[in-house]
Amino acid sequence: MKAMNYRGPFRIRVDEKPMPEILHPRDAIVQVTRACICGSDLHLYHGMVPDTRVGSTFGHEFIGIVRELGSGVTNLKVGDKVLVPFNIACGECVFCVQGLFANCHESNSMSTAAGGIFGYSHIAGGYDGGQAEYVRVPYADVGPTVIPEGMDEEDALLLTDVLPTGYQAAEMGGIQKGDTVVVFGAGPIGIMAAKCAWLFGAERVIVIDHLEYRLDFVKKYANCEVYNFKSIEDPVLFIKHITYWLGADVCIDAVGSDACGNAMQTITGKKLLLQAGAATALHWAINSVKKGGIVSIVGVYGPTDNLVPIGNVLNKGITIRANQTSVKRLLPRLIEHVQSGVLSPKDIITHRFSLEEIPDAYRIFSSKLDECIKPVIVV
Amino acid sequence: MNVINKDASVHEGWAIDENIENDPTYPMRNRAYSKIPSRPEQQIARVEILHSNERPHYSSVFGEIVPPSGLSGQLRRYAFQHSESRYRHWLPLLLADRIHVVEELINDVKQGHIPNFFVEMGGRALWKYDKMTLLKKTTCYAVGTVAVLWTIRRILGKK
Repeated sequence: MKAMNYRGPFRIRVDEKPMPEILHPRDAIVQVTRACICGSDLHLYHGMVPDTRVGSTFGHEFIGIVRELGSGVTNLKVGDKVLVPFNIACGECVFCVQGLFANCHESNSMSTAAGGIFGYSHIAGGYDGGQAEYVRVPYADVGPTVIPEGMDEEDALLLTDVLPTGYQAAEMGGIQKGDTVVVFGAGPIGIMAAKCAWLFGAERVIVIDHLEYRLDFVKKYANCEVYNFKSIEDPVLFIKHITYWLGADVCIDAVGSDACGNAMQTITGKKLLLQAGAATALHWAINSVKKGGIVSIVGVYGPTDNLVPIGNVLNKGITIRANQTSVKRLLPRLIEHVQSGVLSPKDIITHRFSLEEIPDAYRIFSSKLDECIKPVIVV
Repeated sequence: MNVINKDASVHEGWAIDENIENDPTYPMRNRAYSKIPSRPEQQIARVEILHSNERPHYSSVFGEIVPPSGLSGQLRRYAFQHSESRYRHWLPLLLADRIHVVEELINDVKQGHIPNFFVEMGGRALWKYDKMTLLKKTTCYAVGTVAVLWTIRRILGKK
């Protein structure tokens, strides 16, 4: 089968790889029909995530058709069209039973901090991902969800990660009616977080980024205020100024380790890898939120250390909430929202590529070329 | 730049997921589930799988792709002797990743496959959308390569 093949930082190609096999009774083999490139795939592409082995296939956002089932999977049948949450979750460990599917303890041997994730290095379990013609899906009786009748396939595709992650970012913010919410990052997750903030009753939603085309998009898509941090000298001071000098009730870091905007963070985090990526957005979030406020983190950082003003977390009495998204927990509510038309995630897709074009797709997304917001691989 | 709408309720779906109990911490811990339950059936390892020393055994399922091999594999084996809390775990893994790139490059050449760096690095896209960056990068790499070759030649010439 054809699959994306990681060859080193900024180098990928499409190669023939062996077909995936059923290795566990609860496995399925899914023929991929569409896959996304996620902003967090770029951390792998940039060589920032430890134990990303050459020869791996990335891709944790995908939908497809069930082609083979292990003996233990009884809730699916061959031929089902399924959306596959990016978390690999057993559904029965101490964390899964409480809805923390992202923190499954039985899907990742290589790291105890993270649950298993498709195509996200060996620190997320060493699984191949969905940027391929076929993929092995462990615990297929838990994660994969049959795409509801009538749902657009690309809406279903964005229910595997992007929309749930944006929604959980807003949910973790504990947004109450009347709150001012600042979202750092106007990438796909930031766009969704801004859109979902309204669902929890925000009174004011502000998005900060440096790419004008993305700010224009989110302004229209999520009907929010937008500001370009390159045109404001100090984003923290600016946010204080526009929030009666108190700060925002909730700040969301939807950027993670690839942030721009602070030379020291960029050099130590992205160039020298002395910290686990550039924590610029998190730094701004902590300093922009008001005393007693909440910082919600969905931006992805590496497993080592980052420079953030932890003293201010203490002094301001901030609550920090963060997690990978437990897609399975959120799917029922989000499917309702998509079916009712409250949310239309597919509208953020700007580019479609064939599998053979994937090196260009990564380059365009990584270098923010051609006003790219969300690229999809049509397999 | 921004027109601030004073009435937030005009947004479609406004406050339909409001949850006043989510302030500030969504209730998620259920102490009834604090004991470790029975584990799912164990996947049988067919290749070498390194597992964190912060757990006593493999997780019930795991990926089998790219088992450790060569010098990078030795470094990974060393890394996994140390907990995820230590630099002795993460720094060898980062180093192993870089060594693995070179090992696989050599493997490619041994198998008669000369990698097309231009295509693999998305050069076609850069050529289409950002020629200036491509030209700058190409020039930098060319100058760097010439400088390295010139330095090596001088050093060898002196000997």
